[in-house]
Amino acid sequence: MAIGDQPKYKVIGTRPIRHDGVDKVTGRAQYGADVNLSGMLHGVIVRSPHAHARIKQIDTSAASQIKGVRAIATAADLPHQGDRIVELGEGSANMRHLSANVLARDKVLYRGHAVAAVAADSIHLAEEAAKLIHVEYEPLPALLDVREAMQPDAIVLNDDIRTESIGAEPAADQPTNIAKHFLFEKGDLSQGFAAADVIVERDFDTTMVHQGYIEPHNATVLWNADDRITIWMSTQGTFSARHQTAELLRVPLSSVKVVPMEIGGGFGGKISVYLTPVAAVLSRKSGRPVKVVMSRADVFEATGPTPGSHIKLKIGATRDGKLTAGEAWIAFEAGAYTGSPIGPACMCIFACYDLPNGRVEGFDVCVNKPRTNAYRAPGSTHAAFATETLVDELCEKIEMDPAEFRLRNAASEGTRRVDGPTYPRIGMIETVEAIRDSDHYRSKRKGKFRGRGIASGFWFNVGMKSSVSATLNGDGTVSLIEGSTDIGGTRTSIAMQLAETLGIAAEDVTPTVVDTDSIGYTDVTGGSRVTFSTGIAAIEAAKDIQRQLLEQVAQIWETNIHNVRYESGGVSGADGQRMELAEVAAQVSATGCPIVGRGTSGKQTQGGAFGTHCVDVEVDPELGKVQILRYTAAQDAGTAIHPSYVEGQIQGGVVQGIGWALNEEYYYDDQGTMRNPTYLDYRMPTCYDVPMIDTIIVEVPDPQHPYGVRGVGEVPICPPPAAIANAIYDAVGVRMTQLPMSPPRLYQQISQRDSAE
Amino acid sequence: MATVFIPVAMRPLVNHQSSIRVDAPTVRLLLAALNETYPGVHERMLPNGELTPGIAVVINGSMSPSGLATRLHEQDEVHFLPAIGGG
Repeated sequence: MAIGDQPKYKVIGTRPIRHDGVDKVTGRAQYGADVNLSGMLHGVIVRSPHAHARIKQIDTSAASQIKGVRAIATAADLPHQGDRIVELGEGSANMRHLSANVLARDKVLYRGHAVAAVAADSIHLAEEAAKLIHVEYEPLPALLDVREAMQPDAIVLNDDIRTESIGAEPAADQPTNIAKHFLFEKGDLSQGFAAADVIVERDFDTTMVHQGYIEPHNATVLWNADDRITIWMSTQGTFSARHQTAELLRVPLSSVKVVPMEIGGGFGGKISVYLTPVAAVLSRKSGRPVKVVMSRADVFEATGPTPGSHIKLKIGATRDGKLTAGEAWIAFEAGAYTGSPIGPACMCIFACYDLPNGRVEGFDVCVNKPRTNAYRAPGSTHAAFATETLVDELCEKIEMDPAEFRLRNAASEGTRRVDGPTYPRIGMIETVEAIRDSDHYRSKRKGKFRGRGIASGFWFNVGMKSSVSATLNGDGTVSLIEGSTDIGGTRTSIAMQLAETLGIAAEDVTPTVVDTDSIGYTDVTGGSRVTFSTGIAAIEAAKDIQRQLLEQVAQIWETNIHNVRYESGGVSGADGQRMELAEVAAQVSATGCPIVGRGTSGKQTQGGAFGTHCVDVEVDPELGKVQILRYTAAQDAGTAIHPSYVEGQIQGGVVQGIGWALNEEYYYDDQGTMRNPTYLDYRMPTCYDVPMIDTIIVEVPDPQHPYGVRGVGEVPICPPPAAIANAIYDAVGVRMTQLPMSPPRLYQQISQRDSAE
Repeated sequence: MATVFIPVAMRPLVNHQSSIRVDAPTVRLLLAALNETYPGVHERMLPNGELTPGIAVVINGSMSPSGLATRLHEQDEVHFLPAIGGG
């Protein structure tokens, strides 16, 4: 179903087979672990068994005696970074922290923190040698709770961190775990709450969860004799990986080339580098290429999950269903070093609503857990869990249908968020209407212990920079070269936009993702930006091809360029002449100059995207187990370029959200050891756990894109935890305020409620 | 004249105003103009001559890739907000 005026396109809105499909289903696609170079060594990382400890000594002598061991690296082999902050494409990084995260220098700050590495002729030799590297530690108390870490007398993890706050007086020169503090206000909070007939207030907790991509991190690095470094790896951003690696090694940017391999999932977790500088140092020392591949436990313990959080939330509304005020206090576990998505969380927590009076305060807090990183709509799912659960409670108290309440308060064009900016044209209202009018929402709920919940979610979507080039071949097809690594089918969604602009079939475009020496700068595949921003670059490249064609055809027809025009996949002349693209391409190929279009983007920013979901659940009150019976997700895609991929993104995001809602968590013991670092114990949903996810694509075109595209990758993970919490309440009358709502946790809540009664 | 929205922590410095209209050709010069009227703005917003890392210049709701060099137009709204990326 589509809402809004939808222009008719020839290619956009169709469902061609993805260009990389055959290689992937036949197993021929090449991933990072498939890289095998002549003389290649295998690297293994030595990791800390402690969550917090001082490194007193690292003894590598025994390991270095093993035959076949070619190189050993510690932090001493990495250059000192000093107090450098470097802009790395998707945000800035404190280089001292980034370097220490790659190989710990003085202290380890989480279990799994890398302390040394060894490269050997085989993986088995490397593993044996790694066991012989002796690290002497002085264990320190582990700080695992975000609220404890904020206390004035808490032990401090990093002695160089001072609290940063926009526009505040310079912080006291006192080390702290609170790295950042944000504060936003709108209107008059006291007046807003005074005007409310009903006020609801609760605390919410979420635990650290992982993106759960199937393919572990990997990197193969050759530091050549001419000091040029080539990296083959799985990454969301080749240029970001190049920049990070060059900065960490303090070598010229242009001496590093990153070759993207196929990527088996990322969801934000494959932006930071972990292995490339280490493999590079091992390669430099050995003179051989070195490959390092993480184990699953390494991925869990030593990459960048999304933070756990504590949120205090209070909202008020009138009896007739108008929000009057909202107040949020949010603390995020940054992990070992600063950098949690607390900023976006603060900006998202009331983003779905036209809130007249609001206050949001947020804190980025270091704890002895892995340094957190982006995960699909970073920070927004935590925020939506709190807000959308409390909105449901408010609706219950004022006895109003939750869809109707959302419609009365939904953000729309011109709404000013609590953090300040106003929205351009957005589709929040349309997604709520789509759910309200859906068969699912209108159906009757049947059965004991069954319930229904709805929730909405928001993500900004970003623009950032992209480059493409496109060569017109002699047969009228186009070879499209791009720098956006393809995680979710973007080869095809970008090729389709170029095809639409040229008036040719999507199958006549062959997209290839290339290395950093072969295309212009392109930002990461993240922020739901590629179909939007790289799509704009592809449209520009197609227009560039058109311009060049018109020049050459005008010459062939011996007429002025103003007498020819590009339309419907060919060139037409003022006197009725007509050449289809294939004809022009053949002629130009034989007699003219090669036609290579180029396109870039970087000025445009997306207007943001919304989704509203509806879920039916059944709760087993004796086990605390929740079964998802039916799920419908409505989302504003602006214009769906390839509807199957939009549906796939929505379904994938929903399933990740269901996992976050019901089972996934980093389960730590009091020593800071994760007790479930395998997929046997870290419970992600499988096809047996979820029904078919029904999707409703809402189309409110984004005026900032020529075809109206809005990114679709991130929003769908935001509503599920709250929608499911609301459905659980509807089913068994228990308000869940902690994620995951796993069987033991839900059972405990039901038992406590029953005991109290 | 552009309208700059004042970060909450800095409002006491500017007589508790939440937004101020300023005539300036760029964001950097806007902050310079503010600093003339309200000394201390520079120190708080540009501690080392640049914005605090991780803070973006947002014009009319969109992060500006030009940062402090962004040219301003009549009726522009200027915010200083956490930079947004994505996953």
